[in-house]
Amino acid sequence: MKIFICLKQVPDTETKIKILPDHSAIDPAGIKWVMNPYDEHAVEEAIKFKEKNPTAQVWAITSGPKSRAVDALRTALAMGADEAIVINSPENLDAYSTAKALAQVISTEGPAHLIFSGKLSIDANQSSVPQMVAEFLSIPHTSVVSKFETSPENTTVERDVEGGAKEIVQMINPSLIAANKGLNMPRYASLPGIMKAKKKIIKEFEFSALGITPAEQKVKYSGFTLPPEKPAVKLLTGDASSQVSQLISSLRDEAKVL
Amino acid sequence: MSKVLIFAEFQNDNLKRSSQELLQFAAKTGRPVVALALGTGAGGGVAQLAHHGAAEVLLCKDSAYDAYNPELFASAAAEAIQISGATLVLASASSSGKDLFPRVAAKIGAGVVSDGTEITVSGEDVKVKKPLYSGKCFATASFENSPVKIVLMRANQLPVSAADTAKTASVTEHAFNKPSLKTLIKEIVKGASEKLDLTEANIIVSGGRGLKEAANFKMLNDLAAVLGATVGASRAVVDAGWVGHSMQVGQTGKTVAPTLYIAVGISGAIQHLAGMSGSKVIVAINNDANAPIFQKATYGIVGDAFEIVPKLTEEFKKALAH
Ligand SMILES: Cc1cc2nc3c(=O)[nH]c(=O)nc-3n(C[C@H](O)[C@H](O)[C@H](O)COP(=O)(O)OP(=O)(O)OC[C@H]3O[C@@H](n4cnc5c(N)ncnc54)[C@H](O)[C@@H]3O)c2cc1C
Ligand SMILES: Nc1ncnc2c1ncn2[C@@H]1O[C@H](COP(=O)(O)O)[C@@H](O)[C@H]1O
Repeated sequence: MKIFICLKQVPDTETKIKILPDHSAIDPAGIKWVMNPYDEHAVEEAIKFKEKNPTAQVWAITSGPKSRAVDALRTALAMGADEAIVINSPENLDAYSTAKALAQVISTEGPAHLIFSGKLSIDANQSSVPQMVAEFLSIPHTSVVSKFETSPENTTVERDVEGGAKEIVQMINPSLIAANKGLNMPRYASLPGIMKAKKKIIKEFEFSALGITPAEQKVKYSGFTLPPEKPAVKLLTGDASSQVSQLISSLRDEAKVL
Repeated sequence: MSKVLIFAEFQNDNLKRSSQELLQFAAKTGRPVVALALGTGAGGGVAQLAHHGAAEVLLCKDSAYDAYNPELFASAAAEAIQISGATLVLASASSSGKDLFPRVAAKIGAGVVSDGTEITVSGEDVKVKKPLYSGKCFATASFENSPVKIVLMRANQLPVSAADTAKTASVTEHAFNKPSLKTLIKEIVKGASEKLDLTEANIIVSGGRGLKEAANFKMLNDLAAVLGATVGASRAVVDAGWVGHSMQVGQTGKTVAPTLYIAVGISGAIQHLAGMSGSKVIVAINNDANAPIFQKATYGIVGDAFEIVPKLTEEFKKALAH
């Protein structure tokens, strides 16, 4: 029984984003790359599943430039994944062609019993790839999952929606689960895990050899800009009462937001 | 010109503000606007859809659509796009919009841009500005090889003017094909608050570790009640278990863009700023004048939250009474 984890490598959350002078993309210089934070929850849940189901094999898969993306796979291996696959692909593929590639490799290397992913990549901010992978594989999905239970036939999850509400969803397996933060506490890699991960052979696919045509690239990004600079803060002075009354009149009369 | 399809969302029989924004925007493009309305609640909403700009309503009052189900809705939305002939689909980047439309896009071979903050439509050309890296930068998305273009807009980004109650729409009731489903919605557990979600809120009051302990969030709840605001939090207090993670604002929480964001006892770490610096007006209350939050704030109060916040609640109460 194979369990897949879709994971992506993204700039560390501490990164200060800079833009290339021609505004065509962000400046990659000096970026420290890490596993997308939500994907750590996906890895954790897959490994917890394996601990209860020792015959399960956990496969981590990523699409991205091989030279760096394999590091995120090694992190997953060090946490406890069994195998890893990199689809060597150019920077800035859109969600559609990324999902096409992932679905295609998962179906040739599978079949998958369960697929785990994060709910969102913190660089693309799309929340699209998991649902697309599920559709391409004709399997059910639930995104923004904070609780997971499974039997051989079914998976039951809690999905977080607006206003703190939850939907309890049951899916027939194989199914895809896109993790939210509350799902679990990702473990740290153990030292033996890290040593083992270093030696592991990572299976490679070339995006260009998957037969995905340029017509499957649907969205293109250009005109990268930084958020507009904020004017300097207006500090409200005096004692607490005077600070408060200045704030209220500023919000009402100057900013006009009340 | 080809049609624009709007995925309409209702809450307690009222058309959500986010859907009103999309309808009014679509009507202004000059293209014919079709609204897709699903579920028993939608029947009563037909007039509202027309008042905000729909010329046509594609309606299915079947109770099967009362709870969101990804497979069922994806099938209906794909069919609605096909029978309406729409080449542009607008929906809100809500829980269901974000979940549904990537699946629809994969089904029909379309591109989808999520979390748009600005949109321009000229003829068939569609451009969308959206935040990347949780708001650390912005880029313009355009479509290629995408006969149907799908855009999910963030709430509160487009203006809404008063509804025009003279407008009417033609209504087509349609029974969409139902695929055999592998997804079953077993139960919907209501949230603790009936407040607007952080992502939709017009005013947010957020608290951080400066509040010292969980019980002190009461102070923020009181302030929020006066302002009709939703309460948010920094990750530090979510991790400490003071509040639920649905309240976290930031790069690994919610990205928000309210008109007014009040940060109380929050230092302003880069991950927090990423999630809220798109707010129109930011107020920071912090006892450390060097806290980084002041670099993003419009107005700052250097002071003790325990002294300032109760006073603020009292004064807002008076100010908003007249
Ligand atoms: C991978 C990763 C992802 C992250 N994602 C997020 C995220 O999404 N959102 C997020 O918020 N953080 C995130 N963080 C955490 C972030 O780095 C900070 O640790 C966190 O935001 C700090 O929370 P805070 O401002 O409440 O606490 P602190 O940094 O401890 O700040 C508390 C502030 O309260 C002030 N204060 C103390 N007493 C008072 C008083 N009486 N009155 C007024 N002010 C007072 C202090 O001066 C201080 O500025 C992330 C970190 C990592 C590593
Ligand atoms: N290039 C990729 N390779 C593998 N998984 C990905 C990739 N991009 C996105 N994902 C998965 O899809 C989730 C949502 O990403 P996104 O749709 O980009 O917001 C991520 O948390 C990952 O689990």
